[in-house]
Amino acid sequence: MSDYVQMWKDLGMDLETHDNLCQVLPTAFGDVYLSQENRPEGMNFWDFVVSEIHGIRPSELLEAQKKGQKVFGTFCVYVPDEVVIAANGIVTGLCGGSQFWVPGGEKVLPKSTCPLIKASVGARLDRTCPFFRIADMYVGETTCDGKKKAWEILGEDVPMYIMDLPQMKREKDIQKWAEEIAAFARKVEEFTGNAITPETLGAAIHTINEKRKALARMYEARKSKVLPISGKDALLVMQIAFFDDPVRCAQMTNKLCDELEQRIQDGVSVFPAGTKRILLTGTPLAIPNWKLHHIIETSGAAVVCEEMCTGTRYFENLVDESQTTLEGQFMALAQRYMKTNCACFTPNTGRIDDILRMAKEYQVDGVIDVNLKFCCLYDTEGYTVEKALKEAGIPVLGIETDYTDTDAEQLRTRVEAFVEMLG
Amino acid sequence: MNYYIGIDIGSTCAKTVVLDENKTLLLHLVQPTGWSSVDTALAIQRELREAGFDPEQLPCVATGYGRISVPFADKTVTEITCHGRGAALLHGGEELTVIDIGGQDTKIIRVEGGMVKDFVMNDKCSAGTGRFLEVMANTLALRPDALCDLARRGGGTSISSMCTVFAESEVISLIGRGEKKENIAYAVVDSIVKKVASQARRLEGSPGRVCLTGGLCSCAYVRDALSIELRTEVAACPEGRYAGALGAALSAFSIRGKNV
Ligand code: SF4
Ligand code: SF4
Repeated sequence: MSDYVQMWKDLGMDLETHDNLCQVLPTAFGDVYLSQENRPEGMNFWDFVVSEIHGIRPSELLEAQKKGQKVFGTFCVYVPDEVVIAANGIVTGLCGGSQFWVPGGEKVLPKSTCPLIKASVGARLDRTCPFFRIADMYVGETTCDGKKKAWEILGEDVPMYIMDLPQMKREKDIQKWAEEIAAFARKVEEFTGNAITPETLGAAIHTINEKRKALARMYEARKSKVLPISGKDALLVMQIAFFDDPVRCAQMTNKLCDELEQRIQDGVSVFPAGTKRILLTGTPLAIPNWKLHHIIETSGAAVVCEEMCTGTRYFENLVDESQTTLEGQFMALAQRYMKTNCACFTPNTGRIDDILRMAKEYQVDGVIDVNLKFCCLYDTEGYTVEKALKEAGIPVLGIETDYTDTDAEQLRTRVEAFVEMLG
Repeated sequence: MNYYIGIDIGSTCAKTVVLDENKTLLLHLVQPTGWSSVDTALAIQRELREAGFDPEQLPCVATGYGRISVPFADKTVTEITCHGRGAALLHGGEELTVIDIGGQDTKIIRVEGGMVKDFVMNDKCSAGTGRFLEVMANTLALRPDALCDLARRGGGTSISSMCTVFAESEVISLIGRGEKKENIAYAVVDSIVKKVASQARRLEGSPGRVCLTGGLCSCAYVRDALSIELRTEVAACPEGRYAGALGAALSAFSIRGKNV
C-alpha cells in the first residue's frame, strides 16, 4: 500500500501509527484467508480490494470529491443509502472492526462501551483510517445508548447528522421513520447542493435493490448442501459491500454467484461432506473482524449464514420500486427498513422468527449466538434467542467476545466442544 | 483384550488412565503439568511404557488445554466432551449434570445417554475456578485442600468481588482486620460455590443427578456447600479428578486399526 503515502499525508493521517496497521493486516489476511483451499476464483477481486483497502477505494472517493461529490459515512443498516445516492452523493460504511482502534476510543469513552463503538471513535480521533478522514459528513442514528452518546463526542470533530430511529414498529413508527427519511433527504440536498427528484430517487432505489439481490443470490448459494464458498469468504464480500460502489458490488457479486452456482451443479464444495453447518446470529462483524469465522471454520464446521448486519439484515427485503412521488418513495423506504430486525427495537419477535426460518432454510446443525462484549441489547436478547432455539430443538451456543485475541483458545475449546456435541 | 488410553493435560495436573474393553480402570497416573506440556506428555509416555501400555501401539486420545501437545495421541477431543463422558461412566444415570471446577475454567455440562447435550463455561475471568481458590489459599498461607477443610468451621463473612485481583485485596484487608482464618476460608469457598451455582442455573431443564468432577471433587466441604446452594445432592467420587482422562479413553474406543 506504499504508493498511497502522499494521499494519506494529505488526509492529515497519523502515518506512523497507521504503518503499524499496514504491517499486520496482510499477515492476518494471509493466515485467515489465503490459507483456505479451493476458494472460488471470483474471490480474487475481494483479495485485491483488501490488499489495497486503505488505498484504492479512498483514492476513488477523493477523485469523486474533486468533481464535487459528497461522501457520507454511516454506521447502521437503517440509514438509507438511496437518499444519498439520489443526490449524487456517495455512502461509505464506517464501522471499526479491529482492536487496533480500540485504545483510541477508550481515551474518551467508558471502558464498558462495545468495541465496535470504541474502534469507530478511535479510528476517527487517532486519524488512522482514510475513510474516517474522507467522509464529509457522518450520519448517526438513535439506536443503542453507546452510539447516541458517541455521536456527541464525534460531533465535536466532524459534521454529524442524526436520524431519530423509532424503537417500536407500530404503524405510527413507520410513518415517523418516513418523515425522518424525508428530513434526511432535505439535509442531503442542502449539503450536496443537488435536488432529489422522484426520478433520481427511483434510480437510486433500483441500484440498491440490485445490490441487495446480488448479495441475496450469494446467500442462496450457501443454502446448498454442496457449499461452494466458505463463511469467511462470504463474510468478506459482505464487509466490503459497505465500502464499495453499489453498482460494482452487484456486478462482482453476480459474477461470483455465476461461479458458485456452477460449483453447486458440479458438486464442488469447499468443505468435506459431513462438515457441521452453523448459523451465526448476533452483533455485526465489521471488517477486519474475522476471528469467530476463522475459529469455527478451523474446528470442523462451516458458517453457512450470518443473521447479522454484516449478513442478512443488510440485504433482506427490497424497496417497492413502483412509487412515483417522493412521498410514496419515502414511505416505501420506511416500510422496507422497518422490516429489519435489530435488538434496539422492542418487542423484537421478528428477529426470533428470522432466526428460526434461517435455521431451516440454511439446513443448519447448530446456531452460535455471538455478542460483542458490552452490547447490552444483543446480550439481553440472547436469552430469548437461546430459549426459542432450544424449544425448537436446535442446539445453540452463546458466545461473548471482543476484538482482542486473548480469548481465542477458550473460544476454540467451546466451539470445538459444540461441534463435537453436534455429533 | 483391547486397551484404551486417555490423557488429560490440565493447567495444573496431567491425568492419565488406561481402560480395558470392558471399561474397567486398569491404571491411573497423575503428575504436575509443569512448564512444558510436551515434556509432561513424554514423561507420561515413559510411565505408560513401563506399565506395559505403549501409547504408540494403543488407541490414545488427548484432552485438556494441553491436548495439542501430545505428539503420540491419535486424536484430540475437548475437555467438555470428555468430562461429560467420563462423569457418565463414573456416575451412571440417563441424565446427569456435571460440574467441573478446573484450574482455569469451570464447566457445567448436561449429559443425556452418555452424550453431551449442552454446556456452559466461564469466560476469561477466573472467579469460581480452581485458580481463584489457589490464589486465595496462597494469600492465607494454606494449601487449597486445607482451606476447604477449614472453611467448614467458619461463617459470617463474605467476599463481595468476583474478580480475583479485587477479591485478593479483600482477603488481605480481612486478615488485617483480624478476621479468623476459618471465617475467611468460609468466605472464599462461599464465593466460589455461589459463582458456580449461578452458572449451573443457566443450564435449563431438570438437572437429573448432579455430580462434581475435577480437582475439587475430593473436598467434601465444597460438595456439601454446593449441595445446599443448589438444593440437591451433589455426588462426587474419588476418581472424579480422572473424569476428563476417562472420557478421553472412552473416545479412543472409536479409533480403529491399533488394537487387534
Ligand atoms: S446492530 Fe442494530 S444498531 Fe448496530 S448496525 Fe445493526 S441495525 Fe444498526
Ligand atoms: S453492537 Fe450493540 S452496543 Fe455495539 S454499536 Fe451495535 S447495538 Fe450498539
